[in-house]
Amino acid sequence: MFENFSLFKRTSELESKIDQFFEKLAEASVIYRLAVRGYLREGASEEFKERLDTVGELETQADSLRRDIEQKLYKNILIPDSRGDVLGLIETADDVLTLFQSSLWAFYIEKPLIHDQFANGFKRLTNMVIKAVDELALSCHAFFRNPHAVPAHNSKVTLYEKEADKISSELKVKIFESKIKLVEKLHLRDFVNGIDGIADHAEDVADRLSIYAIKRLT
Amino acid sequence: MIDPVILLFLSSGLFLGWALGANDAANVFGTAVGTRMVSWRNAAIICSIFVILGAVISGAGTSQTLGKLGAITALPGAFMTALSAGFSVFVMTKSGLPVSTSQAIVGAIIGWNFFSNQATDTSTLAKILSTWIICPLLAAVIAIVILKISKYFGRKMNLSLIRLDAYKRIALIFAGALGAYSLGANNIANVIGVFIPVQPLAELKLGSFSFSSTQQLFLLGGLAIALGVCTYSKKVMLTVGSDLGQLSSTSALVAVISHSIVLFLFASQGLEALLSRYGLPTIPLVPVSSSQAVVGAIVGISILQGITAVKWNVLGKIIVGWIVTPIFAGIVCFIGLFFLQNVFSLSVI
Repeated sequence: MFENFSLFKRTSELESKIDQFFEKLAEASVIYRLAVRGYLREGASEEFKERLDTVGELETQADSLRRDIEQKLYKNILIPDSRGDVLGLIETADDVLTLFQSSLWAFYIEKPLIHDQFANGFKRLTNMVIKAVDELALSCHAFFRNPHAVPAHNSKVTLYEKEADKISSELKVKIFESKIKLVEKLHLRDFVNGIDGIADHAEDVADRLSIYAIKRLT
Repeated sequence: MIDPVILLFLSSGLFLGWALGANDAANVFGTAVGTRMVSWRNAAIICSIFVILGAVISGAGTSQTLGKLGAITALPGAFMTALSAGFSVFVMTKSGLPVSTSQAIVGAIIGWNFFSNQATDTSTLAKILSTWIICPLLAAVIAIVILKISKYFGRKMNLSLIRLDAYKRIALIFAGALGAYSLGANNIANVIGVFIPVQPLAELKLGSFSFSSTQQLFLLGGLAIALGVCTYSKKVMLTVGSDLGQLSSTSALVAVISHSIVLFLFASQGLEALLSRYGLPTIPLVPVSSSQAVVGAIVGISILQGITAVKWNVLGKIIVGWIVTPIFAGIVCFIGLFFLQNVFSLSVI
């Protein structure tokens, strides 16, 4: 019966849009992982392009959801206490999607030559980055429904980010110790940094989220 | 039709009512409107309706207490008593003291008692004075209890941030309605209490219904408060939301609920009857300060949140207000009555 009231209708709509936004983030992370693994197997194939396009679409949809959420929050003057925090969170989380897309575009345009000896390192790095982003999506979800759970999720994001840093350093050492040309080494280093940068950004978002959660709990 | 002369004499009380509506509505709906959780229009409509209902249905208890303190029997005397209370509120507000209409009217009545050589009922006075201290303390205790309970249930229910916001809006409206009802019930005595013993209005018959002078006074007082809410409270709500505005919306909601409960406790004849039926100590029906109830609630919330730095200057100003306001109102009333009697040759006793 309460759903008939416009306030509850607006609330449900907003809740659904926020849920959808974080679903896009989680979905994009799955596709990103598949795309990088696919690239390591068969280069910039047709399938890779399709995955790149899918991530692009998800990014566009997330952008449109973000604008919708912003409008709803300000037009209907919802959650005045936490509005700024929610917008900050969504905007920075949206940047993760942008990073996914730009990383895949770089693969598609620059077509880096990843030798077999480095493939496993790239795979491990991508897995760890995806774990950090997935945990971040869970943390964001928890912020809205159960802020007490946010610190536990954020600890995992930090852990995965540290692990990603470790893998990326090892991978870069391996790259620069190898016999490939310097130009290839530098090229691969940029890609390692690009992938690892996604986990760094996820940690930044998690740090913000920790503060927002503390604010909610006090 | 009300005699214009009577209306002129009632004007001081009605002005007090207007000022009360303009200022104290902010204690009830200030946070909700200040944070834009509830529109001012909706707040003003709800506040006006419930203030009038509170005044008409439950205003008798506190009015009787004021009547016991000093039964003013002449209309010009009642006029000056209310006017001096209103003037004191104005002067104290200008001086930056957190003034209370309740304290001003009590001082003014005692001023009338002095002028008319009537003995002040000390037991009633002691009862009133004790409530001034008990009111903010009780508000603090109630706020702590409510905040604890709300945090416990908040954790159990695991509501989403957005849904919680919707529930807070609904709760703010209900708390505001309860607050407005309690404000009307508790503070109507300040507005027209001094006119009740005079019985200035003739009984009004509308078909099979008849309205006594007291009922008409309650209605008029309630309308005056509602007029204050509708004409001037917006500015106060948006700008003076100050102390409450700095709280989180949950804490602000708790402050408003605690304030409303305290005002209701000090106005409810039903509760008084229930407590006395079971042989329990009753809560005196005394008009208390709405603003000080809110301040008490905020202090309670701050203590619970571990904010130990008490704003001594605010506390000091409240205590100074307890002493200075009634004394000032009493002196103004005494002088005013002297002028009315000796310069305008009006019977004030």
